[in-house]
Amino acid sequence: MSTKARAGTVAGTSVGFVVIMIWCLLPVAWIISLSFKSTAETGAGSPQFLPKDGTLDNYKTLLGVGKLSDGSEPDPAVSHDFLHALINSFGVALIATLLSVVFATLAAYAIARLEFKGKRLVLSLALAIAMFPVVSLVGPLFDMWRTFHLFNTWPGLIIPYMTFTLPLAIWTLSAFFREIPWEMEQAAQVDGATSWQAFRKVIVPLAAPGVFTAAILTFFFAWNEFVLAISLTSTTDSRTVPAQMSFFVGADPFNPPYGQLATASVVVTVPIIVIVLLFQRKIVAGLTSGAVKG
Amino acid sequence: MTATATTPAATAGRATKSDRSNAENRLGMRLVAPAVVVMLIVTAWPMIQALYLSLFKYRLTTPDEKEFVGIGNYTSILTDGLFWKDTVNTVIIMVVTVAIELVIGFVFAMVMHRVIFARGVIRTSILIPYGIITVVSAFAWQFTFSLSNGWVNSWFDWLPGIAADTNWFGDHWPAMFAIMVSEIWKTTPFMSLLLLAGLSQVSEDMIEAAKVDGATWWQRLWKVVLPNMRAAIMVAVLFRALDAFRIFDNIFVMTRGAQDTESSSFLTYRQVIEQFQLGLGSALSVLLFLTVLLLAFLIVRLFRVDLAQARGES
Repeated sequence: MSTKARAGTVAGTSVGFVVIMIWCLLPVAWIISLSFKSTAETGAGSPQFLPKDGTLDNYKTLLGVGKLSDGSEPDPAVSHDFLHALINSFGVALIATLLSVVFATLAAYAIARLEFKGKRLVLSLALAIAMFPVVSLVGPLFDMWRTFHLFNTWPGLIIPYMTFTLPLAIWTLSAFFREIPWEMEQAAQVDGATSWQAFRKVIVPLAAPGVFTAAILTFFFAWNEFVLAISLTSTTDSRTVPAQMSFFVGADPFNPPYGQLATASVVVTVPIIVIVLLFQRKIVAGLTSGAVKG
Repeated sequence: MTATATTPAATAGRATKSDRSNAENRLGMRLVAPAVVVMLIVTAWPMIQALYLSLFKYRLTTPDEKEFVGIGNYTSILTDGLFWKDTVNTVIIMVVTVAIELVIGFVFAMVMHRVIFARGVIRTSILIPYGIITVVSAFAWQFTFSLSNGWVNSWFDWLPGIAADTNWFGDHWPAMFAIMVSEIWKTTPFMSLLLLAGLSQVSEDMIEAAKVDGATWWQRLWKVVLPNMRAAIMVAVLFRALDAFRIFDNIFVMTRGAQDTESSSFLTYRQVIEQFQLGLGSALSVLLFLTVLLLAFLIVRLFRVDLAQARGES
């Protein structure tokens, strides 16, 4: 490659780098900026990007701490609903993730390591169910859950969440497990390890990163779920954050609480950013190995 | 490498169906059984229930008037203009967003493939839109396009058609545009990561050979790079198209279906949850399910997607 062409590539890549960074981070910067705008400012119309006078009032209201800048107490109902929704989101997403990863680990181990009838069928079934339109479940579940007293409960959400978390976990884990050098287990046994030692010291450390990655991806999906969350819940007893946010109109329906919604957005995005910062490599590997061998 | 190569039983057995391979067969089935049973219970069972309910005129506000109507619900849906309008909306959103994401996603993948500095930074950043809740993305873009509080009108008022008082949610196409922007922003990273994985599988030697033979950059792209990552592209298109067809969250948050921006999923939701039309809603669920099935079949057939090959299981 000539030096000119190489310089062109480098320049192009650098421009691309900047574009990608702006693409990814501008909307995030925007909701962070909005979260510091006061209700008075957004009420009067505030099209500029940065707040005129930054305020922490939205955070205080949402988390129910401290006193607002005008000296009044924040509305306790807002923080009560929001914090409840956060707990519901965490609980439902974690339990759904845990259950599906356990079932999926058993299935993926069998798919990766054993020869049995219907192996491909299981993978195809998982894929077909992953593409299933979740909204199709809303009607029948709405009817059935009222009979079974599962409407507006955690299990009422966790059970249907399995329709997408379980196939995703099976798909990702079986791709990971295919890459594990299973013969190392026998090698360890030849070297004098018991089967339990071979499993614990060789197989578990090899399989754990894959299981962990599948768990992160599954958690993202469950944390993001919206259709079932708004259809199968009716109060803050089980409403998750996305559902709670979509129904939050504030005191004045003609003047949506931009700042508070942006603040809620920032608060629920923080865990995602932390997870992404810590496990970037694993997530990328998990995302692509499920579909494409990377 | 196939999975069988690592299993001693599979290599030993085969010809004589030994006890060992029988045992392996049983163990395999036992291990997958819980997952398969759970998947079937949570999807197949409600779907059968939907099929049954769809044959009734059944409204939750008047449950005593439940009445068998056969395929009546289906005929009234298929002859209703709203159903078709929403289907067309959904197809437009699917085709436009997937096409744009494919192009932008490919450019992003090329940049990520070539970039030699700050690889971790760029991959971390690109995972943020992917990980963000769709509802949050929808709010962020709703505020971006907001009439009194958004920055689009003030930053881009020099473009024709955009003024300080452009009301993006006041008309069909601008509202559709805003919805599609939020969808594209959130899902392009997923597309670009899948394409990046495909791109890294294309052999550099082949590209180098084409270069030596005098192929231009454009020729190398179309004749060497793209054909060699066909499997990855098709899998990305399949996944994203079926996902885009189910669009719901953004529309719910940004317009609630106003300005005729309703999608098929939204229509189904509205019939069941807001109108309590369980019979009609179930019929819509069944139709939506069949549409997604048909769509998956068409994409797999039309583009000859080979998932096994893409996963390296050929």
